[in-house]
Amino acid sequence: MSKCSVGLLALSSFFLSTAAIAQEKIKVGVTATLEGTYTVLGEDGMRGHQTALNVLGKKVGDKELEFIVASTDATPDSAVRAVRKLIEQDKVQILLSPLSGDEGIAVKNFAKTHPELTFINAASGAQETTYVDPAPNFFRYNMDGAQWQVGLGKYAFEEKKYRKIATVGEDYSFIYTQVFGLVLEFCGAGGQVTNRQWVPLGTKDFASVIAALPDDVDAIYLGLGGADAVNFLNQYQQAGGKAHLMGGSIMIDQTILSSKGNAKNALVGTIAASGQADTWEDPGWQKFVKAYQDAFPPNKRFPSPSLLATNYYDSTMALILALRQVNGDLSNNQAKYKEALAKIEIDAPNGKIKLDSNRQAIGTNFVTEVVDDGKGALFSKVVKVIPNVNQTLGYDPAVFSKIGLPSRTVPECKKY
Amino acid sequence: MSLAHDARVAVRPADVAQRPARTWPEINNPAAWIVAVILLIMPLIASGFFLIEIFATTLILGIMALSLMFLAGYGGMVSLMQLTIAGFSAYMVAVFGVSGNANISLGWPWWLAVPMALALATAFGTLGGALAVRTEGIYTIMITLAIGAAFYYFTNQNWAIFNGHTGINTVATPHFWGVNWRADIPFYYVVLAVAALCYFAVEYLSRAPFGLALQGVRDNPRRMAALGFNVNAHRVAAYAFASFVAALAGVLQVWNYRQISPGSVSVGACIDVLIIAVVGGITRPIGPFIGALIFVLLRTFALDFLVRLGLDGNRFRLLIGLGFLAIVFWSSDGVIGLWQRWRQSRRPAANRPGGGRGHG
Repeated sequence: MSKCSVGLLALSSFFLSTAAIAQEKIKVGVTATLEGTYTVLGEDGMRGHQTALNVLGKKVGDKELEFIVASTDATPDSAVRAVRKLIEQDKVQILLSPLSGDEGIAVKNFAKTHPELTFINAASGAQETTYVDPAPNFFRYNMDGAQWQVGLGKYAFEEKKYRKIATVGEDYSFIYTQVFGLVLEFCGAGGQVTNRQWVPLGTKDFASVIAALPDDVDAIYLGLGGADAVNFLNQYQQAGGKAHLMGGSIMIDQTILSSKGNAKNALVGTIAASGQADTWEDPGWQKFVKAYQDAFPPNKRFPSPSLLATNYYDSTMALILALRQVNGDLSNNQAKYKEALAKIEIDAPNGKIKLDSNRQAIGTNFVTEVVDDGKGALFSKVVKVIPNVNQTLGYDPAVFSKIGLPSRTVPECKKY
Repeated sequence: MSLAHDARVAVRPADVAQRPARTWPEINNPAAWIVAVILLIMPLIASGFFLIEIFATTLILGIMALSLMFLAGYGGMVSLMQLTIAGFSAYMVAVFGVSGNANISLGWPWWLAVPMALALATAFGTLGGALAVRTEGIYTIMITLAIGAAFYYFTNQNWAIFNGHTGINTVATPHFWGVNWRADIPFYYVVLAVAALCYFAVEYLSRAPFGLALQGVRDNPRRMAALGFNVNAHRVAAYAFASFVAALAGVLQVWNYRQISPGSVSVGACIDVLIIAVVGGITRPIGPFIGALIFVLLRTFALDFLVRLGLDGNRFRLLIGLGFLAIVFWSSDGVIGLWQRWRQSRRPAANRPGGGRGHG
């Protein structure tokens, strides 16, 4: 019997230990994709988060911020599981989550079951998250995938004279949103998108995809990310692919541009669009790059922060600055804090960011071109800066809503 | 009738050697009573997180692994599609019931959607089983894994029914008799009741004529066929029963997370169920539940644990893998085997005065 009671004692102390809650701390839960295809993206996101903490500090008034990290693998289920663990076990009051598109949709829906808490999107960029049935306690300080493509279609049509393109993208909401933004603008300018191929997230063998790429197009648009993008580039080069390339926001990004091997060299000259450009001269951006570089030794970071690092930096910044505005006051179901978050305008490294009535960012977008810095490192160089990009991409909201939600076949290739 | 009679005559002697009485073995086992009491008063000791994320999740995964344990332990058929059946049932609850994706969900009330989901998932599992029983050993594993992988990729790319990679969100959970059955405490008891039901059903079946015949089929299919048993029919029936058990777990799972997406039915998750069953031990129905508890604890706390030790949290998968490796290395029949050996090694010293054969 004695061994049973020892076991019981151990069991009960196990539960009690989790009940102890520190007094003067504000707990914030953070999720990142530290597993699976998007591991590299998640890791760099966390670097951006850490950089923000280095720059801004962890103090809010007399309270200290405590951050608790949980890992996901870019699937919605893992995100909901991680968020639930943070809320229910770690008792966090504010969430900085999640990273990837479909995770965002699931976490937004989950946020509605906890209206008393505040959810700040870390980096996910599916349009549906804030456009369809938004949650009142879910705030997004990064633009969505379509906003991140603004400028690319026109630039490709007018400057590069591309007339027909084909797309290859990962088969999920974020990439649909990216292709949505591209197709609207490119087809609106008069171009044609002849073929859209979709591959499951985590695809390793692209042989059939590469074989099916059409020959009679001026460029191929790649909406891939993380390990998928590197695998594609390797196999594309081995297959002798020579087409002009265009890239999505996580394709032309330091997560790919600083990958090992020379497959990435196929990307030199590729045009892309994103919420940031590596070589932008803006002093705020340069300061952020410096802070990022100083925070980590060169072998533990990218030469320049990726889009994910920037997004995590921006959302952490909004989280802390708004919290300071209300002096850490989270009473009354965080009402004051939510109000401050909705109103705050942050001077982010990648341009000013404010929120619209759906709590979705209005920000600055960049058209870029990949250049080699002469020492073998690749960077995205600014071609064009477009300020004040909103979620309806400048369309009248009524017209925009008729286009439909991003999917494999929406939008049609025509002028809306 | 004569079939059942034969089965008892043929197989009972071996069974009697293992289990002394025809009653439920739990009745004489104080440990079982203690576990039952702890499980019943769990809401008093555990907070919402432990109650649902640890114990309810353990029970749900345990039920899935139990269906595998039934097939593998009594039928000798290692099926990797048990999670797929559970996932199918979960998807069907979302498709027939009410969810945030109004263009997909048919909006039936739960008491129609759930029986429909259970029936379809059982039919799905039985069909899969009918395919799989034509094979043995590693080929069964392969064919069931192929079904699981095919289902995963299908859900990932089918947008008309399964809503692709996004999956189906905000699935409605039952409210009736003025109770929100997804609130922590009621939901825990629902899960506990279903788990107990499945556990005792498996245990009952293992000693019923059908279960004994199934074990006979496992041990010597030729002899059983010679005795007049329809070997394949027994196996398909076992698949049907196991599918029903897995389908129940699927319904609970979708109510638990209120969403279902392809990540829940991935090949990795299929293999997790096998890991759970193997780690727990597939010789007894309690094994899968123990395995599930270990699995859930490791999955939930490995990251925190590493960070607390000051190590790189990114390597938490390694810790999980090492944990499983250690268990399988020291005990090829799982935690159950460790427990039994430990008790046997203690018995001569500790229990000699009392006679010590009370609960075997």
